[in-house]
Amino acid sequence: MATVVPPPSKRQKTAAAAITREQQQPQAKPQGDVRLHFVDPATGRSIGPPIVVPLARANTRNLNILVNSLQGQEDANDRVRYRFVLQADPDAPTGSDQALPTDSDLADIIGKQAAAGAEATVTLQPIPEAVFRVKAVSRCSAAISGHGQAILAIQFSPVDSSRMVSGSGDNHARIWDCETGTPLATLKGHTGWVGACSYSPEGDIIATGSQDKTVRLWESKKGKPVGHPMTGHTRNVMALSWEPYHLQAPGRPRLASASKDMTVRIWDTTSQRADIVLSGHKACVSCVKWGGTGFIYTASHDRTVRVWNASDGTLAHNLAQHAHWVNHLALSTDLVLRTAYHDHTGKVPPTPEAKLAKAKQRFTDAATIAGEVVEKLVTASDDCTIFLWDPSSTKPTKPLARLAGHQKQVNHVSFSPDGLYIASAGFDNHVKLWAARDGKFISTLRGHVAAVYQCCFSADSRLLVSASKDTTCKVWDVRSGKLKEDLPGHKDEVYALDWSADGERVGSGGKDKQVRIWRH
Amino acid sequence: MPQNEYMERFTKQHGRRFDYEERKRKREAREAHHASDKAQNLRGLRAKQYAESRRKQKIQMKKTLRAHEERNVKSNAPAQDSSTPIPNYLTDRSNPSNAKALSSAIKNKRNEKAAKFSVPLPKVRGISEEEMFKVVKTGKKTAKKSWKRMITKPTFVGPDFTRRPVKYERFIRPMGLRYKKANVTHPELGVTVQLPIISVKKNPQNPMYTQLGVLTKGTIVEFNVSELGLVTAGGKVVWGRWGQITNNPENDGCVNAVLLV
Repeated sequence: MATVVPPPSKRQKTAAAAITREQQQPQAKPQGDVRLHFVDPATGRSIGPPIVVPLARANTRNLNILVNSLQGQEDANDRVRYRFVLQADPDAPTGSDQALPTDSDLADIIGKQAAAGAEATVTLQPIPEAVFRVKAVSRCSAAISGHGQAILAIQFSPVDSSRMVSGSGDNHARIWDCETGTPLATLKGHTGWVGACSYSPEGDIIATGSQDKTVRLWESKKGKPVGHPMTGHTRNVMALSWEPYHLQAPGRPRLASASKDMTVRIWDTTSQRADIVLSGHKACVSCVKWGGTGFIYTASHDRTVRVWNASDGTLAHNLAQHAHWVNHLALSTDLVLRTAYHDHTGKVPPTPEAKLAKAKQRFTDAATIAGEVVEKLVTASDDCTIFLWDPSSTKPTKPLARLAGHQKQVNHVSFSPDGLYIASAGFDNHVKLWAARDGKFISTLRGHVAAVYQCCFSADSRLLVSASKDTTCKVWDVRSGKLKEDLPGHKDEVYALDWSADGERVGSGGKDKQVRIWRH
Repeated sequence: MPQNEYMERFTKQHGRRFDYEERKRKREAREAHHASDKAQNLRGLRAKQYAESRRKQKIQMKKTLRAHEERNVKSNAPAQDSSTPIPNYLTDRSNPSNAKALSSAIKNKRNEKAAKFSVPLPKVRGISEEEMFKVVKTGKKTAKKSWKRMITKPTFVGPDFTRRPVKYERFIRPMGLRYKKANVTHPELGVTVQLPIISVKKNPQNPMYTQLGVLTKGTIVEFNVSELGLVTAGGKVVWGRWGQITNNPENDGCVNAVLLV
């Protein structure tokens, strides 16, 4: 016989009623006014005079209209969306200010700040958001077989998302036509696994690096080989990086390749000879990135990150803070350097001069913080930490921040294209988000059930996609830190991942030998 | 037995005969002739013993030669560290050989109807009820009626099992013959791990044995494979996997099984 629960006593009833009454009471609206002062984060100059705003109406939407009108962008079509960040008070102890406030708690924070220093002005930095919006990918538009072995590397063309190149363990690289989901060309020639592939910033040449110690160049339209294989390395090629478009000598783009033989070679792709060999690392060089300010950054298993002058190959700085292998490094300007003059509008300037000017302009726009061109560097290591560096500062070898929090090795880091967030993927099944300004922890993206191998931001920095050993990709909303889309479909570990520069497609590949293209 | 190194001491004090090196060289040169002479002329047990010792010497010699050859080979690049391609960021890492194989071949195999029901051990020896059950005749009333049975084979008893009152308990599963864990082999990987048993799915002998959780050769058992880190295509951790018992647990004192993939 089932037991019947006795009805609640009078005391229980009154207690429950009290709780509901309390919950129903509306939140008290903040009273009073606040003086707001807007400062442009790029130049450090103030936007208009300080303005008195009623606290009750100080939400992001209203402040957006206010800042736009202060800058003379009255028309609704001209308006730029802004996000607001409290300017860090130099006197305040670190950690007192919110790293990057969300919409909801902006008024709260302003109120608190105003209450702390009565009659004081609150200084806000409006940060422009991308004018375009990338839709979260949600479905697999194509699962293309073709490779005979696991797919090890994937990259989209900088021009648009219709072309993608993948390197595989079957010694071939393949170019895919993503519009139709068909293979376009097979790049045959390597005799070892193709572990690295990279489009040139212009998008006309593909470089592939392989286990057979060579780097090969291919023309990206039809996949015809360009010249001969570039030999010189004595071990596997680990990573490739092209010279940024605005630094290239006209018609002579250069390419840096990192190898397990402890060297980085800088190839002149026209004469196909190694111009410079950067030797100095004492172990396998795991990653190389060519910065937009004339530095080459290399990360190595010998626990150091080295900064080289790209012009003559001399060592500029040796960043030795990590306690274990350095696995990966990312620059705040990664996406801009990769795409050069190709932007979201898809318009290509007509002349080489205009192309150069546009590439340069895009780089300066992306790298300018408080009126200076700053290229930040973030490195992920096996010692479970991430370091944030500013190699152009007065103390380049001193890290800006040490980002601790991962429980296992960190395999991959990426900078958001607007330079505000850092995402790190670790073997502890988590992706973590950090504020790029000061390295403060923002949130942990939990959801994967196995090691996360790669992560990649969308071009508008609002979304993040991660690939994991647990056979799924997941799309995350950066702002809320929540799972946006789960992308199951791969039958085995996902090794490689890329989000196209125009935001249309995500490409992924892994151990199940299939390339998958995901779309909205 | 000599207690001191007196021969070495003598050579150190007085030196060797002047023709020592010459005699030694000749003796060594004659060695082959002696060996051949012995091999040709020895008879009976001596011949057997000699042939055996020569055989062993030759084996030893070949081993040394091979070792020298290996040393002389120039190993410029170490052979591909693993046969399956892995991305650059996973090379040089000691990847724990986790029991994981979800290759498409296996999946295709599972799609075939016939293969779906094929198990590693298709036939089992029949076990009669007389062999399986011992009649319990202790006590006044049970002795008269003798309806109480004790199971003589190893069993799996779930963690939430409580005994019924003795009066109503028809089957006794002895504590000493209960098993909670099994040594499970992943057939594709050749990895053997000890895994907890979740339940007995099917005993081919008799549905009643399935209910009683009897572990005999050929029984299908569900294992807790969460330690292996298997993942489904949807990205969920696989928890339970079926396997078949491959040994006679009552003879061996342990349960060995093979996973069904």
